[in-house]
Amino acid sequence: MTLIASTPSRPSTWRSLRRNPAAMFGLIVVLLVILIALFAPLLAPKNPAEQFFEGLTLEGSPLSPNQDFWLGTDLLGRDLLSRLIYGARISLLVGLIANGAALLIGTLLGSLAGYFGGALAKIIMRFTDIMMAFPALLLAIALSAILRPSLWIVAMVIALVNWVQVARVVYAQTLSLAESEFVTAANALGAGNGRIMFRHLFPHLLPTMLVYGTLGISTTVLLEATLSFLGVGVQPPTPSWGGIINESQSYFLTAPWLVFFPGSAILLTAVSFNLLGDGLREALDPKLRR
Amino acid sequence: MFLRYIVSRLLQTALVILGVVTISFFITNLVPADPARLIAGRLATAETVENIRSQLGLDRPLVEQYWRYLQRLFQGDLGRSYQQRTEVKTLLLSRLPATLQLSLGAIVFELLIGIPLGILAALEFGKFWDKAIMVLAFIGVSAPQFALGLILLYLFAYLWNMFPLGGYGSIHHLILPALTLGISGAGWYARMMRSSLLDVMNADYVRTGVAKGLGRSKVIFKHALRNAVLPVIAMIGLDIGLLMGGVVVVESVFAWPGIGQLAWQAIQIVDIPIIMGTVLLTAGFIVLGNLLADLLYPLADPRLRYG
Repeated sequence: MTLIASTPSRPSTWRSLRRNPAAMFGLIVVLLVILIALFAPLLAPKNPAEQFFEGLTLEGSPLSPNQDFWLGTDLLGRDLLSRLIYGARISLLVGLIANGAALLIGTLLGSLAGYFGGALAKIIMRFTDIMMAFPALLLAIALSAILRPSLWIVAMVIALVNWVQVARVVYAQTLSLAESEFVTAANALGAGNGRIMFRHLFPHLLPTMLVYGTLGISTTVLLEATLSFLGVGVQPPTPSWGGIINESQSYFLTAPWLVFFPGSAILLTAVSFNLLGDGLREALDPKLRR
Repeated sequence: MFLRYIVSRLLQTALVILGVVTISFFITNLVPADPARLIAGRLATAETVENIRSQLGLDRPLVEQYWRYLQRLFQGDLGRSYQQRTEVKTLLLSRLPATLQLSLGAIVFELLIGIPLGILAALEFGKFWDKAIMVLAFIGVSAPQFALGLILLYLFAYLWNMFPLGGYGSIHHLILPALTLGISGAGWYARMMRSSLLDVMNADYVRTGVAKGLGRSKVIFKHALRNAVLPVIAMIGLDIGLLMGGVVVVESVFAWPGIGQLAWQAIQIVDIPIIMGTVLLTAGFIVLGNLLADLLYPLADPRLRYG
C-alpha cells in the first residue's frame, strides 16, 4: 500500500491522461484487446480450428470476406475472424510474460548497478553495452529457431533481448536517486541496503517501470509477430497473428485479406500500447510535456 | 585530447566485439542441435557422423573450440560453412553489396520522410498537424515490417504494376523494400527532428533574431534549421542496429539476396559458422555506427567537447 501511496499524485496523472486523446485511444484499444483475449471463446463466431467445407471455393481457394465468414477464410477453410480473436491471446500472453521478465531483469540489474556503483556497475553496464551491439532480432530468430519454439521459449528469448533498455533507464534514475537526501537520511537512521532499495528507491522507480512496461509490450507484440511470421514463433495449430500471415504468405496476391487483417491487428495493438505508454510518460513526468 | 578519446573509444569497441563473439559462440554451440548429424543427413551411419564431428573439431571441448575460433578470427578467418563448405568470408562479401544498397535506400527514405514531417510538427507545435504527425510517427514505428512489405507488394507491384514483385538488380527493385524498412525509421527521425528543432527555437539567438525584427520564419529557416538538422543526421549511426534487425525480415519478404537472407537460410539448417559470421558482421556495423555517431555528434554541435 505504501508503494502506491508514495507514487506522486495519481489523480493528476489520470487527469492529464484523460486530456490526451491519443493516449485515451490507446487505453481503449488496449482494454478492448484484453477483453477480446479474455473472452475469446464467447466472442469468436466459429471454432477457430474447424476446417469448414463451405469455407473454401470449389477450386479449394480461401473465401474473401462475406456474410458467413466476416473476415473471410484461410487456406484450410477456417474462419479468419475467429482465428484473429484467439490470436489476441498469444500476442498478449507473450507480451505480458516476455515484457514482465524483461522489466524484472532490467530493473534488478539497473538498480543494483545504480545503487551500489563501483565494479558491479562497471560489469553490468559493460554487459549492456555488449547486448546493445547485438543484432537483437537476429539473435532472437536464431535462438528460437534452434531451441524448438514454444510460447515460453519465445517469451524468454524476447525478454533476453529486451531488458537492456530498461536496465539503462533504471540505472540512470537510481544513480541520481541514490544521491538524494531521503536516501542519505534513511541510511543515517540505520536502514540497511535492502530496506533502502525496496522501501525507498523502488517506489520512485514505479512510474518509469509503468511507462517502459507499457511501451515495451508494443515492441514485444511486434517481435512475437515477426518470429511467428518467420515460422519460429508459437507453433501451429495455435493461431497467432504473425503465424496466420506466415501460413498464407504464398497466397497473399490472391487472398490479400489474409495479410491485411492480421497485419492491422498487430499494428493496432502495437500503436495503442505505444500511444498509451507515451501518454503515461507525459502524464507522469511534466517536464517532458512538450 | 581528441586522439586519446578516439583510442579509448576504439579499445572499448574492440572489447564489445569480443563480448559479442564470446556470447554468440557459446549460445550457438550450447544448443541441443547436432550439426554433424544435420550435415550427414538422416540416413548416415553413426560412424559417418562421428567422422564429420572430428573433422570439424566438434568433438573437442567447447572452450578449446572457442579458443581456436578466436585465433582464426584474429587472422581474418571466419571458418567454412558446414553445409556448402564455402568460406564464410566469401559468402558474406558476396551478400554485402545487396544489404548495403538496401540499408542506404532505407536511410534515404527515413530522412526524406522523417525530417520534413518533424520540421512541420515543430513549426505547428501543439496544433493539429503536430499531433497528427506524432500519431503517424507512432504508426510507422509500430508497423510490422513483414506485413507492411507484403501489403506494399500487393498494392504497388501486383495491383498497380509499378514495381517488380521482388528480386534484386535495378533501382526499381530497391524502392519497395527500402521503403518498407524506411517507414519505421522515419517515425523515429520525425520525433527527433521535432524535439531538436523545438530546442533550437527556444534558444536565445532565435529569440534575439525575432526581437531584432528579422521575422520568425526567416530566423527559423536561415538559422535555427541548420543547427537543428545536423544533430539529427549525426544520429544515423545509432539507427544502424534497428536497420540491421529489419533486414532479415525484409530480405526474406522481397527475396533480396543480402546478409539477412543468408542469416535466415543458415539459421534454418543450423549452419553455425554462417550464423556466427552474420551476427559478427552486423554487430560490427552496429558498433561502427555508434562510434560514428559519437564522433560526428560533437562536429554537429561544437559545444560538446570530447571527454
